[in-house]
Amino acid sequence: MSQHGDVWVFAEVEDGKVAGVSLELLGKGRELAGELGVGLSAALLGHQTRCLADKLFAHGADTVYSAEDERLAQYTTLPYARVLTDLVNREKPEIVLYGATPVGRDLAPRVASALKTGLTADCTDLQIGSYESGGRLYQRKLLQIRPAWGGNIIATIVSPDVLPEMATVREGVMHIPEPQEGRTGKLVEVPVELDSECGAVKVLERHTQPRRVDLKAANIIVSGGYGIGTKDTFALLHELASLLGGAVGASRAAVDAGFIHQDHQVGQTGTTVRPKLYIACGISGAVQHRAGMEDSAKILAINNDPSAPIFGIAHYGIVGDVREVLPKMIKAIKGKL
Amino acid sequence: MPLRIIVLIKQVPDTKNVTGEVMKPDGTVNRGALAAIFNPEDLNALEMGLDMKARFGGEVIVLTMGPPRAADILKDSLCRGADRVILLSDRRFAASDTLATSYTIAQAIQTHLAPYDVVVCGRQAIDGDTAQVGPQAAEKLGIGQVTYADRILEYNGSTMVIRRDLGRTQEVVEAHLPVLLTVPKTANAPRWPNARLLLKYRRARSAFEVEGEAKAQGRTVDEVVNGLRAKGLFIETWGAEDIGADLSRIGISGSPTKVKKVENVVLTGANLKLFTPDDTGVRDLINELIEERTFG
Repeated sequence: MSQHGDVWVFAEVEDGKVAGVSLELLGKGRELAGELGVGLSAALLGHQTRCLADKLFAHGADTVYSAEDERLAQYTTLPYARVLTDLVNREKPEIVLYGATPVGRDLAPRVASALKTGLTADCTDLQIGSYESGGRLYQRKLLQIRPAWGGNIIATIVSPDVLPEMATVREGVMHIPEPQEGRTGKLVEVPVELDSECGAVKVLERHTQPRRVDLKAANIIVSGGYGIGTKDTFALLHELASLLGGAVGASRAAVDAGFIHQDHQVGQTGTTVRPKLYIACGISGAVQHRAGMEDSAKILAINNDPSAPIFGIAHYGIVGDVREVLPKMIKAIKGKL
Repeated sequence: MPLRIIVLIKQVPDTKNVTGEVMKPDGTVNRGALAAIFNPEDLNALEMGLDMKARFGGEVIVLTMGPPRAADILKDSLCRGADRVILLSDRRFAASDTLATSYTIAQAIQTHLAPYDVVVCGRQAIDGDTAQVGPQAAEKLGIGQVTYADRILEYNGSTMVIRRDLGRTQEVVEAHLPVLLTVPKTANAPRWPNARLLLKYRRARSAFEVEGEAKAQGRTVDEVVNGLRAKGLFIETWGAEDIGADLSRIGISGSPTKVKKVENVVLTGANLKLFTPDDTGVRDLINELIEERTFG
């Protein structure tokens, strides 16, 4: 047994399944736990969700702490925060990671405040390293790396004197490693103790619309910005995307201009994507947008402004009018494929 | 029952408007050159507070923690209709992370503003984008929280029915008061400052501003403050002692997170390969993408 606590992942449940971001975090958590020489655990809260433990084991968890209660059937802040805070106080993990989803961003600060510990929001990378301050060297610390100031800087944050170290991590940034089916681990049943104060907020109704587009699963994304000029030009982007078996994305400026629905938005406040090819049409490449797509394997920028920042990160570029270039591309591809 | 509504706001650097003038020659941002503005979603929070007051009655108290110049956004709040504004400012509050900030704010509320019904803040601030201070303040205050609150549907004296906008998911919740709400930009269109109030509050002053003016006018600070107070133009300013803060929980000593390193994002020139916008260029590009197996 290590004298140190485990690395923990809060296993978020979405529509009865483990959320993708939690699987991403198990992958990263496995790496961090390996470096620290500790185990990887998942905290699974809900009602009739214990069956999801196998999925968590397959994705790398050594231990699953399962809290089952009717009052946890739907996520609400106070019961979840109470159960998780009590559990962390009892088991003393070294690190707790959450997806930076609406749930993770609602829960993690509440828990951090109750534990009087540090929390870093919306990390895009996590590493183990050292930190020096006031002549003191802290080792095996979680380096929490995130963009700040609207993406203009990248900050590395540490919580040197407190445990657990906690962070929320942006969705889609970490890879999900191949699961090992049949891998097992230790299932720990967690008692649930809630008082009446935990019922201060009740969910009366809940509606979820299906995703209009699954940008994360797309190999090729054809994305439009304000520079494409009109809503109608998106028809060309849709045509190119369907020809390539890809999906259509957009910058925030294009969404704000009413060219396309918000579900298509790529960037800091939209979806983070990493396709094989990202075709940026009329996108200038503001930091907020780049934060959501700069890890694409290949980037093709089409823009009539040769000084647009997007060309600074693109692998291929065409300086020209999207409305003239796209029909040529569509024609050329139809001739080839 | 009239509501006591507390709105939490923050002055932030205008990170969304990074223009050529604030770019340094090395391609990084000169952060000191960014203008200080009212955090955009805090304007939505203020609007929600003012709207609640209009619908259900009560008062809107606006609180900010920041350096002396943060009084600017308090004056702006007065001009938009706030009833009372408070500046939490003390050198010892500097370098607070979200935990220390939420402690300080909760301490101020508990010491001077309780009992209250609703605390409203913007979903997140554009400098840190953390969205943490709201939920952390709610925890410190020991009250429930409703994040992403975009509509107040009903208020019946002890509970509110609130709609949450979670992107693909919409939720309607019933919350017992007091409760803390965080408000996204989709909630409303913030009102503009009112012309009559602009004229009135042009002369509003915080304690920091009074010191210089008193000296220039040859009057004592108390005289000037009393004069302003009588006209409703004095901006209350609270420091660590005023709110009975535990000094180990504020500022840098109350902040568990430390910044190890900050790197400026520099646009690195990838190996950009340019193609001409004509048929030949486009064909060459497509051929190259097929050859390297990006397509097909």
